Amino acid sequence: MSAKIENRIWDKDETLCRADLERLQVQRLRETVQRVAQVPFYKQKFAETGITPDSIKSAADVRKLPFTTKADLREHYPWGFLACDPKQVKRIHGSSGTTGKPTFVAYTKNDRDMWANLCARFLVSGGLREDHLCHMAFSYGLFTGGFGLHYGIEKVGAAICPAAGGNTPRHILLIQDLKPDVLIGTPSYALHIAEVARQQGVDPRSMSLRFGHFGGEPWTEEMRTKIEADFDMHAFNNYGLSEVIGPGVSGDCIFRTGMHIQEDHFLVECINPNTLEPVLDGQRGELVFTALTKEAFPLLRYRTRDIAVLDHGKCECGRTTCRMSRVIGRSDDMLIIRGVNVFPSQVEEALLRVDGVAPHYLIEVSRPGTMDEIVVKVEISPQAFSDKMRQMQELKRRIDHEIHSITGIRMGIELVEPQTIERSMGKAVRVVDHRKTQAGLSMPKP
Amino acid sequence: MKLKQLSVFLENRPGQVKVPCKALADAGVNILAMSLADTEQFGILRFIVKDPAKARDVLAKAGCVVKETEVLAVEVDDRPGGLLRLLEVFEKANMTIEYMYAFNANRPGGKAALAFRFDDPEIAVKALQGAGINAIAPIEL
Repeated sequence: MSAKIENRIWDKDETLCRADLERLQVQRLRETVQRVAQVPFYKQKFAETGITPDSIKSAADVRKLPFTTKADLREHYPWGFLACDPKQVKRIHGSSGTTGKPTFVAYTKNDRDMWANLCARFLVSGGLREDHLCHMAFSYGLFTGGFGLHYGIEKVGAAICPAAGGNTPRHILLIQDLKPDVLIGTPSYALHIAEVARQQGVDPRSMSLRFGHFGGEPWTEEMRTKIEADFDMHAFNNYGLSEVIGPGVSGDCIFRTGMHIQEDHFLVECINPNTLEPVLDGQRGELVFTALTKEAFPLLRYRTRDIAVLDHGKCECGRTTCRMSRVIGRSDDMLIIRGVNVFPSQVEEALLRVDGVAPHYLIEVSRPGTMDEIVVKVEISPQAFSDKMRQMQELKRRIDHEIHSITGIRMGIELVEPQTIERSMGKAVRVVDHRKTQAGLSMPKP
Repeated sequence: MKLKQLSVFLENRPGQVKVPCKALADAGVNILAMSLADTEQFGILRFIVKDPAKARDVLAKAGCVVKETEVLAVEVDDRPGGLLRLLEVFEKANMTIEYMYAFNANRPGGKAALAFRFDDPEIAVKALQGAGINAIAPIEL
């Protein structure tokens, strides 16, 4: 690897001793409980269990608090969980929902500043310096990736080329001509850029990129090795979700033995998704986060559905925070396709909108090259079958249109004969994800 | 005179055409005319038999998705240009042919037969009658 990388810590709070950290967490948790006491959802739960800020005496007391789920957010759409004066909301983001409606999250000015600082922490941790130029390949929109990283980079004092969306050859042109040091985006898009560059006769190793900060989708150590070899760069993983804050929940340090969770701002738990009991360090479980400092949208014990492993052991970098493994699975059936969250139920909803299509379908996900491919096999019903090719193509177009309008992504549509998709006795198998076995992400349902 | 045509949905994989054909063969049903429309992902097999009701039953039992539609079968002289007169009739009547295919060869009297699919076969029958042409009746199959 050509670039030398030095261990640097952005914020002294990343190295608080564990006792001081817990004192801070307890104090902040009590403030959060106070803050959300007027949110109807929590107000009712607190009334049922008699919770007050005084109920919180240790960080472990977080377990006295109620869980919050994506379904709860949808039920109180859009602003039932807002904990501040609506006039204090200075930014809105959102994530795709299972019913075509996004869920929104809100930030006050303080939230926004805190978020930028958290992104600055993991960016600096992974080599970002003020004299760097970053090439932003995340889109800017409701999705938290673009804006979150953007303000983090500015916080550090580095420069940004907000290339955002756009076709890959344009990204390659910008990278070749502007010579950025750092690439920001999803890991699969980084691999795609390398592949397209090679097709154009450009060796990605000859590009100026020496650091990459990747997130927005689960990836593997094999992908990291490939990206680093393809670009001759250091590739760092970061993790976040809009319901918690967006990117900035955790990120790699240079030792890359797990992503440091920003525990002074988020209290993390790792639970068995069935029993809801905590699991030990080193055991797989669902990550649950409680916001400690957020003003606009502080959620208690938000169930991420992301499966990972925690490690509270010491890290060489000097940070005292707990580390999380890569996300190694989901405790629900959500798929992440090219960085977009997709639920099988969305595909089902789309199919139900098309007359004559049986609700029997199978989603097959693969990554033949560097980009995810998703194909929906749909059983054709005798009513929908026509001897006219025009009508059959029209049927495919309608399915494609409905799926695209609900999920926001294009999927391949394959019409198959009735009774050819396997029926199972229990819960129907709706998804075959070939990426998992390829990438070693296989995860038995806990 | 309109004929009943049967269509079968086929996935594109080896052995798929065999399924309906074997079912018909086992039931002793002879195929008089057929066409296969293909896309990159699926196909539509269409054919004409003497006893479409029986064939339909046989195919459904074999697990095929079957659709019955009406087509027009017409005889033309089996010589260069034999088809042209017919096409001119359809053009004059401003009719779009959805698809067409030929019957098996060896019809008596030096004739060839073709099957035509229209949106509204009734109009096509009238256009043919106006030109003094008769479509093939089921009994003539």
